[in-house]
Amino acid sequence: MASVSTTTAGADWEYAPAPESREIVTIRPEYGLFTGGEFAAPLSGKHFTTLNPASEEPLASVAEAGEADVDRAVASARKAYDQAWGRMPGRERAKYLYRIARAIQERAREFAVLESLDNGKPIKESRDVDIPLAAAHFFYHAGWADKLGYAGFGPDPRPLGVAGQVIPWNFPLLMAAWKLAPALATGNTCVLKPAETTPLTALLLAEVIQEAELPPGTVNIITGDGSAGAGLVGHPGVNKIAFTGSTEVGKEIQAAVAGTGKKLTLELGGKAANVVFDDAPLDQAVEGIVNGIFFNQGHVCCAGSRLLLAEPIADAVLDRLKQRLATLRLGDPLDKNTDIGAINSRQQLDKIEGLVAAGEAEGAQRWSPPCPLPARGYWFPPTVFSGVSQSHRIAREEIFGPVLSVLTFRTPEEAVAKANNTPYGLSAGVWTEKGSRILWMAQRLRAGVVWANTYNRFDPASPFGGYQESGFGREGGRAGLAAYLDA
Amino acid sequence: MNVDAPTGAAGIVAAGVTGTGVTGATAAGTGVVGSDAALRQILHGLPGVDQVGAHERAASLATRSIKRDAKLWALDMAVRMVDLTTLEGADTPGKVRGLCAKARQPDPDDPSVPPVAAVCVYPDLVSLARGELAGSGVAVASVATAFPSGRASLAVKLADVADALNAGADEVDMVIDRGAFLAGRYAQVYEEVRAVREACGPTHLKVILETAELATLDNTLRAAWLAMLAGADFIKTSTGKVTPAATPPVALVMLSAVRDFAEATGRRVGVKVAGGIRTAKDAIRYLVLVREIAGPQWLTPEAFRIGASSLLNDLLMQRRKQITGAYAGPDYFTLD
Repeated sequence: MASVSTTTAGADWEYAPAPESREIVTIRPEYGLFTGGEFAAPLSGKHFTTLNPASEEPLASVAEAGEADVDRAVASARKAYDQAWGRMPGRERAKYLYRIARAIQERAREFAVLESLDNGKPIKESRDVDIPLAAAHFFYHAGWADKLGYAGFGPDPRPLGVAGQVIPWNFPLLMAAWKLAPALATGNTCVLKPAETTPLTALLLAEVIQEAELPPGTVNIITGDGSAGAGLVGHPGVNKIAFTGSTEVGKEIQAAVAGTGKKLTLELGGKAANVVFDDAPLDQAVEGIVNGIFFNQGHVCCAGSRLLLAEPIADAVLDRLKQRLATLRLGDPLDKNTDIGAINSRQQLDKIEGLVAAGEAEGAQRWSPPCPLPARGYWFPPTVFSGVSQSHRIAREEIFGPVLSVLTFRTPEEAVAKANNTPYGLSAGVWTEKGSRILWMAQRLRAGVVWANTYNRFDPASPFGGYQESGFGREGGRAGLAAYLDA
Repeated sequence: MNVDAPTGAAGIVAAGVTGTGVTGATAAGTGVVGSDAALRQILHGLPGVDQVGAHERAASLATRSIKRDAKLWALDMAVRMVDLTTLEGADTPGKVRGLCAKARQPDPDDPSVPPVAAVCVYPDLVSLARGELAGSGVAVASVATAFPSGRASLAVKLADVADALNAGADEVDMVIDRGAFLAGRYAQVYEEVRAVREACGPTHLKVILETAELATLDNTLRAAWLAMLAGADFIKTSTGKVTPAATPPVALVMLSAVRDFAEATGRRVGVKVAGGIRTAKDAIRYLVLVREIAGPQWLTPEAFRIGASSLLNDLLMQRRKQITGAYAGPDYFTLD
């Protein structure tokens, strides 16, 4: 037998590559649009390419929906609403939703690998967060489908009709589940437009929906760029618009639907404060800070991108944070030990680089751990800015990348004032061992979600949504049903 | 080493130490004012441990995937870290002789397998083990201080320690008085550890916290600091007589405690996890915790041990699989 050296120092223990096999998923060379229960070539005749952001290799050619394609999708959703789904009893709809949920679980590995390939996020996140939560949303809403009379919206709340749903690239499958599950549970039919850079898991979900034998047209998935989304939003045959994405586009959508009678919910950007008091559980707070801003490369609308530290512990927490960041593993998203994956697109990388340059120009101190970046693909190292003040752009604008701005405060009142001093209001975090202070803070923070001694925790039973420029309407929980009911 | 210039998160802790009249937590922990009130101020001044967060972090590190060379390295290292243990009322000279033979040469079919770190027995079997292990480099560890309950007077505990030392123990695994700790009599716990430390002299001292009885992770952190301040060379999770024994969240808290203590005082205290670790997979998960929480400088038998018995054969089995590509049945590994 081979002899093994036993004198190696612990410092030499490097984890060997442990890549998840991409063989489990079959990516077709070309995808059509999913309308009326079938994949069909786009009437536009156009296609575009979706890339693997970790390598810039093309993954597949995807149909680009034009105006006629949107028409076709909305018409098939209307037909399915009128003839099948809209009149189906809730207990029957539930069966289909359970079927989808189970199929997602059964094909979880396939979904996870595909999500990491198309989005760039580490497999450990797609495997442990995105895909299980997507299944959980279908399970949760399947449970509501036959109990809507008990949800507090009257004895027999009615669906709205056809829902047009436009989703972002940061959690492609999960956002599809957030949109589709409540809409279907409440009896609406859907036209879903995934993001241009991450269409593949939605198209795999279309296969699952096909296999679950939903009435044709109940769910239609049309891929394309912003113009397809705008076409869907402006389509007169749509009764309800749900959008998750940037505040900029959200404002355009709100202007477009004004006066049309379409019901609208928007889940937009954020610039969340993560507030650490001097009596916080320090090690777990550091984990929460890391999870708050470096989870999914910071491509999270509720990311804890502004860290507010109590001054007495500011230096100590920063030191500990830097030590911790030095242990993060950046690289191949399919490696099971990767903590930080690729930035989703060249466009997003440019935006991050631009804001980081602005941060340096405004005098904040930039720091990143020693972190070699792969030669190909879109990458950005975990970055911390200290010495940030409220007036800096990096403290006000959403970066949507792995960049943390660190500010300090002296009193709880100052913490609240600084945390709320933003046009956004999606989420916030509070770290303290003092229960009464958590409640005091939660009452005053103007944010849709306040996490106490944790961050970025999601559950389908918990409503999620924002204040001010972070949007309106809630997703998840009983409150989330209201967005899809005529209540 | 003095702690007059605290830096980093450990600085908070160090400031707590100095701020309560402790002038320089030295390697042996001398100079600590040993009153309940002073110790309480230090221990309760440590940052809290959020249980949900600690469990989450431990669970997330358990998903690390250790393959190929990294796995082989870890399996070998784990063998070298094992304190091969028998602590039964039914222990006999024959049983201990067998254990010692296994410790010297864990796999007779493969001489490249390194010996384990130590054999751990009750004090009355130390001299026997000493003889069996002579010249092997395998240390003899003895439990002492009225193990496992620790319910005896200090005089009896010290006599127990003296027995183990006179019989030739290289390492002493003492238990703390959990009753005194839970009653807030920190000074008593501290003084007992100090007394045993002095009795041990240069002999390696491991202090068992019995974390299952301390119940909370806050208590685990406090007991860890108490033991380190009193001069422990190692802090150890459990006696193995109470369940749950070692758990990843407990190990995580203890590993962060030794990391912070080293930052504050410059002294590296080791960690021993003991009880309930039966599979190579579990052992590797603990090594991942060591690497990512305390740091790679703890990845040595001088700073991390695993108290176990049946674990060793699973390590050997996985090791052979890693080298030959095939599993050999359990009958191909000796039971001692």
